[in-house]
Amino acid sequence: MTEPPAESFRLSQLIYDTRYRSLTIQVVAFILIMAGLVWLANNTVQNLQALGKDFNFGFLGSRAGYDINQRLVEYTNDSTHARAALVGILNTLLVAFVGCIIATVVGVIAGVLRLSNNWIVARLMAVYVEGFRNIPTLLWILIVFAIMTEATPQPRDFRGEDAEASMILFDTVAITNRGVYTPAPVWGDGALTLVAVFLASLVGIWAFRRYARKRQEQTGDILPVFWISLGLFFIPSIIFYFILGRPVTLEYPELTGFNFSGGTHLRSSFIALTLALALYTGAFIAENVRSGILAVSRGQTEAAFALGLRPNRTMNLVILPQALRVIIPPLISQYLNLTKNSSLAIAVGYMDVRSTLGGITINQTGRELEGMLLLGLFYLVTSLIISAVMNVYNASIKLKER
Amino acid sequence: MKKSVLLGTLTIAGLVAAAGSAQTLDEVQARGSLNCGVTTGLVGFAAPNASGEWEGFDVGVCRAVAAAVFGDPSAVNFVPTTGQTRFTALASGEIDMLARNTTWTFSRDVDLRFEFTGINYYDGQGFMVPRELGVSSAMELDGATVCIQTGTTTELNLADFFASNNMSYEPVPIETNAEAQQQYLAGACDVYTTDASGLAATRATFEDPSAHVVLPEIISKEPLGPLVRHGDHEWGDIVRWTLNALIAAEELGITSANVSELAAGTENPEINRLLGSEGELGGMLGLSSDWAVNVISVGGNYGELFEANIGEATPIGLARGLNAQWTDGGLLYSPPFR
Repeated sequence: MTEPPAESFRLSQLIYDTRYRSLTIQVVAFILIMAGLVWLANNTVQNLQALGKDFNFGFLGSRAGYDINQRLVEYTNDSTHARAALVGILNTLLVAFVGCIIATVVGVIAGVLRLSNNWIVARLMAVYVEGFRNIPTLLWILIVFAIMTEATPQPRDFRGEDAEASMILFDTVAITNRGVYTPAPVWGDGALTLVAVFLASLVGIWAFRRYARKRQEQTGDILPVFWISLGLFFIPSIIFYFILGRPVTLEYPELTGFNFSGGTHLRSSFIALTLALALYTGAFIAENVRSGILAVSRGQTEAAFALGLRPNRTMNLVILPQALRVIIPPLISQYLNLTKNSSLAIAVGYMDVRSTLGGITINQTGRELEGMLLLGLFYLVTSLIISAVMNVYNASIKLKER
Repeated sequence: MKKSVLLGTLTIAGLVAAAGSAQTLDEVQARGSLNCGVTTGLVGFAAPNASGEWEGFDVGVCRAVAAAVFGDPSAVNFVPTTGQTRFTALASGEIDMLARNTTWTFSRDVDLRFEFTGINYYDGQGFMVPRELGVSSAMELDGATVCIQTGTTTELNLADFFASNNMSYEPVPIETNAEAQQQYLAGACDVYTTDASGLAATRATFEDPSAHVVLPEIISKEPLGPLVRHGDHEWGDIVRWTLNALIAAEELGITSANVSELAAGTENPEINRLLGSEGELGGMLGLSSDWAVNVISVGGNYGELFEANIGEATPIGLARGLNAQWTDGGLLYSPPFR
């Protein structure tokens, strides 16, 4: 009886033996990638040395020296570069937040209307979607900004007895080529109570809706949820507004000197950037919504009708929950796109983080590498947070297998 | 095989481009042309003309350096840069020198690791407003909206000026001079501020220049000059002495008309040294002995460049003022060619 010869390990097995091949490939790839990274790091260090530059973030603590027009937090030119970066970050987040909301509203409406049976409405939406989707964002930002600055009157046109321009909505809103001036709320004594009442009514709405759903599941009765919610939203706050003696008043914009003062100033750059980004991204969202609705088979609608559900309930209870599963994942990437595209802000002089930290600060301090790394880190973290939040939402609506 | 050769070349090119900061002259000579950073367009200083050729006062400096190195003023690639991109372009080696009305400051010279090779225009920051506003002094600008190019020293001066005078303002940050012009004319800002020379040049391109006034206050010192990367002194010397040659030529009465005649030799030993008929100044720079002749025959001496591009006979109409020779009460003063 002879034993089969014991196979000794040969080097060629690393390539020709399928048991080892994938390991070999992974090890080689790993070594190459590490070598590439080491080369990059080494190159950076060498070149920084050749330029006589060091690598440190101390510049963030030094005085910025420049002014920023739109500030959501306290900032003067005596503040630090880190503070300037924070102002920019908040400005970026503001554009991203407002832009995402408008884009979602516009996108959902346009997506549904594009499926309309009305020929003109469907075609108009097709023109909107194709027009915005197929022209670069930057052009839209510049177009909206050009309209804002060229087609609207200057503040000084509002001056005088027979002024060329006048404020709209009972003299409360001024649309100028420097932006839109609207009344701003002034929080007086007792305003905090009013806010508390408002928050309490929000909690009330939530609790009522929960109760209504439970009751419907148990008894089959449907309560008029919408009207009661609407009432809860407005009535307690309005009653308390008068009981507390009108704690919140409005401050109206007024023309003084060179500009309007008082009220809230929505700068042209902010409006142009937000609107252009929202309309551009909205066109993509419209397509996502349309594809989501089309993905739900016609049989579902017919089955719902056969059960006697009315069209709006069919949409809300049958079509949309299924469509959302298709809509949400691409919607996440649209939100990310909008957030990242907001870095085009410098084109219209909006002071986002790219313009403050990644623009003026880098330029004044010469810290390109550090600034760009921080900037990249900020966008990375923001994007990851947005997708994490959206993924949680996605998990909550996705098909639950029971 | 071909592909790997190509990739190899690219890698080496990348390495060379990344590592090379010391031998700019060799690189420029090997490339056969000079990469010169200029503005994106400021009439009189650097702007393409109707046939697409760059011309202007700063462009003249670029051409003079090209003439010194190659004897050919057209061997220049003009790279338009904005206030924000210019320093990165120079530090990264994308351009060999920057002639873009850039203010010489301590931190740019020392901290940003650049070397200013002289001053070709003594300037200061001013304000321009529409005449119909009825403003006659910068002290009346409280609450105004001000257009400003971002990434410039003017941005910092502006903040300081308004803060020290207890006035408020709304800055409108702008990327290029052309955008600023459009915003200002549309009335999106009340005031445009930049170097006074830039204001004059911008105003000259308006449909009705007389409808705009430049306010009398000059709120800063803005010595503008060409700059190169810190550390390559041979290259810095070439740019520095090219500029000095232009200035000295005016002082010595060398013009584009008489330079070839004077190059044959004169009674004045300094002219002879400058133009290469005596001594070896060109060789010391690593250039040919007739380098200065080439420099001056391009657009003439400093005074000729000034008059042709931004002087009183042009629409921009700047007076020499501080930029006159020291012998005429100005600040231009070239060290001797010896």
